[in-house]
Amino acid sequence: MNARTADRVATALFWLGAILLVALLGGLLGYIVYHGGRHITWDFLTSPPETIRAGGGIGPQLFNSLYLLILSMAITVLIGLPAGIFLAEYARPGLVTEAVRFSIETLSSLPSIVVGLFGLLVFVVLTGWGYSLMAGALALTVINLPLIVRVSEEAIRSVPHDLREGSLALGASQWQTIWKVVMPCAFPGILTGVIIAAGRVFGEAAALLYTAGMSSPRLHFGLWNPAHPSSPLNPFRPAETLAVHIWKVNAEGLIPDLRRVGDGAAAVLVLVVLGFNLGARWLGRRIHRRLTAA
Amino acid sequence: MRRSGSGLSWERGLLLACAGLVIVLTVSIIVFISTKGLATFLVNRVSPAEFLLSTEWAPDRPAEQGGPRVGGLPYILGSVAVSVLAVMVATPLGLSGAVFAVEVAPRWGQRVLQPALEMLAGIPSVVYGWMGLTVLVPFVREHAGGLGFSLLAGFLVLSVMVLPTIFTVSADSLRALPPDLKEAAYALGSTRWQTIRRVLLPAARSGIIAGVVLGLARAFGEALAVQMVIGNTRKIPTSLLDPVTTLTSAITMDMPYTVMGSLWNNVLWSMALLLLLMSCGFIVAIKLIARRGVKL
Amino acid sequence: MSRLAAALVLAAALALAVSGCGGGGATQPEEKGKVLKGTITAVGSTAMQPLVERAAHRFMQAHPEVQISVQGGGSGTGLSQVAAGACDIGNSDVFAEEKEGIDASQLVDHKVCVVGMAAVVNPGVTVDNLTRQQLIDIFTGRITNWKEVGGPDVKVVVVNRPKGSGSRATFKKYALGGAEEVQSIEEDSSGAVRRIIRDTPGAIGYLALSYLDGSVKVISLDGVAPTKENIVTGRYPVWAYQHMYTKGQPSGVTKAFIEYMLSAEVQTTLVPEMGYIPVTEMKVERDWKGNVTPR
Repeated sequence: MNARTADRVATALFWLGAILLVALLGGLLGYIVYHGGRHITWDFLTSPPETIRAGGGIGPQLFNSLYLLILSMAITVLIGLPAGIFLAEYARPGLVTEAVRFSIETLSSLPSIVVGLFGLLVFVVLTGWGYSLMAGALALTVINLPLIVRVSEEAIRSVPHDLREGSLALGASQWQTIWKVVMPCAFPGILTGVIIAAGRVFGEAAALLYTAGMSSPRLHFGLWNPAHPSSPLNPFRPAETLAVHIWKVNAEGLIPDLRRVGDGAAAVLVLVVLGFNLGARWLGRRIHRRLTAA
Repeated sequence: MRRSGSGLSWERGLLLACAGLVIVLTVSIIVFISTKGLATFLVNRVSPAEFLLSTEWAPDRPAEQGGPRVGGLPYILGSVAVSVLAVMVATPLGLSGAVFAVEVAPRWGQRVLQPALEMLAGIPSVVYGWMGLTVLVPFVREHAGGLGFSLLAGFLVLSVMVLPTIFTVSADSLRALPPDLKEAAYALGSTRWQTIRRVLLPAARSGIIAGVVLGLARAFGEALAVQMVIGNTRKIPTSLLDPVTTLTSAITMDMPYTVMGSLWNNVLWSMALLLLLMSCGFIVAIKLIARRGVKL
Repeated sequence: MSRLAAALVLAAALALAVSGCGGGGATQPEEKGKVLKGTITAVGSTAMQPLVERAAHRFMQAHPEVQISVQGGGSGTGLSQVAAGACDIGNSDVFAEEKEGIDASQLVDHKVCVVGMAAVVNPGVTVDNLTRQQLIDIFTGRITNWKEVGGPDVKVVVVNRPKGSGSRATFKKYALGGAEEVQSIEEDSSGAVRRIIRDTPGAIGYLALSYLDGSVKVISLDGVAPTKENIVTGRYPVWAYQHMYTKGQPSGVTKAFIEYMLSAEVQTTLVPEMGYIPVTEMKVERDWKGNVTPR
């Protein structure tokens, strides 16, 4: 076989591999959405699950997932964004900066089950909250913090220098410059990162088994006082999320329509994550266009 | 650009506090998991050698029958087996995808392949487990034999899960190569395949290996997707169709049944500590690979 | 100018304030003209969770001033939490005395119902009765083919629950006489065990009676079928209590709720509905060592 034939064969193989990869994704998504999509009805999305009878829904689980998402993203951004600003604007090479970078790397490589166990020790047992939304939110914060810090830092670093210098030249302080000039420019990039992180939060289960728990009390929608134990907004109640629910219905195996609930919940999960993913892409494209066409 | 003499203003303190929190968090994770995980050896006086090398597992055996035994070898080997096999399957596919996206058809790669792999990475692990359970396990049972719950099902599910990691890191390191490498190879009359095989892949080798190690780390720490399809049998597997068990699935399954502070519970924490050490080890490995660069 | 700083400080203060008012622990009920008031936290056995959750829901409907939070986490978690005073009720599917690391002397046991366990096989296995010795030999790996006990020429595949699960402890103690089982496939869930036994030729395992749906074949033990009648009279030995433990004698709301669990309203409707046997109907009693006495 001469070099040219070898080259052609290799090219064909590369195309084949690529097509295989795309087919794999297409097959996976197609299967999940086709099998689960049939079961997604308004009733399925809003009614509470059943324990032994058929016909349960995923209402509370869906609510828990969304609420947990908002809680944990709020905490993550509250800590991660300032840490990102610090690394991008104030950090001088030295021990502190090194330690922060090392910590972020360590955190980002931790298996989520280990984070869940840490959450069990600290956020569940030590604080005395028991299995709760708050414990789950904090465990998810640990998982997403590295991503948000990194994304914020990169977004801030990518803001053109002359903008900063212009602001400083006009007599603004560094703090005012960051806040009034740099942040608005970096905002879309940070938002993209937040959306991607949100997708991860929505599908995470291993870290939540022993923090947010595997049960959900009956929620009285309409009770919006967060201090009330069966208010959906109470951050100290156990909250089973959609991803954990898939795991649990399979583990208990009591309901006769296990396949329906599992398939349906998996489809909802994938569609939501897909939505986040596409949203982040669309946003990224818009930013790109704005920056290059400006 | 940076104004000198800003010193320790209050806003800098605030930002520093948040950055410090990240450090505190990391240190406390390491401290907490280590304290719990070392109790097996310090409080229960189990020798680390027994935990790492013995296959005897009877964590609740009463003293009159010879006392408890906590040999973790089947769990450790199971974890190693599923993750190594997963990476062996995923590496050729992920790497060829990366070469395709960077060298063979960049437009196609940008438009189709890259987004597709990002989507794969976005699919939650429980969904992978659910798909493995409802589609792959019956398929294995009917076409290969055995129970379906097997090492095979485990590493196949994992290989799809680590594909995006291997693809992304390899593609990045191929993109980072200086363009004159490629141009020089073409100028000497090489075909594209020769250039890829003799020049580009060797030049990007350390980045590719880092990607593989990262994939291995991800596979090693994955819990639920694996637990749902491997059958959880505490035995050292002799064939691909044997059910196996892993560190993560032992933790997931036994945690609820054990009492905080008992030996059995402590051993589960030791497994968590082992996972933590492994993930730190993987980071160090990647750093070393990056530092030694091409000389590997 | 410093809106961010203000927001951060405010958020920190909020977090502190909120964390101060979290946590469990029962508030003492206030005797206000017989209106029950207070909160209860029950933690533990996931197998019991559906039953306790439904009972709690009914109880709360009758007493709107009461809040009951039912959490899973497993029997080990339930027992250690109730012993530590972190929750009011610990749900467990084993006796506290059987769990390593629990000081059972300070806990009070309330047995709320009974769960029966049956050995089940794949429908293709023609055997429908095994002696205890045969069952032990199968589970310990001494019998590896069904033809040794008069069945078809098919390999035995043992399917187990994880070590530490209440079901496995019960089956090991009362069906296998404590014999150590052979290494086998372990599934975290009864649902998965049932599915594997249904689909795998020669498979044998065990399930709670509530899981028997006709898809797997039930095995009699020494000629006695695992029916409710045989368990109630003590003829069939493989069953276990579902316990609710309190630290010391319960009082107030917790006491009222446990009494409600043992009342006819729960015992005659919810308990049989979930596939359990009402503890009130049992004609025998058993202590944690396994000594059976007539009630």
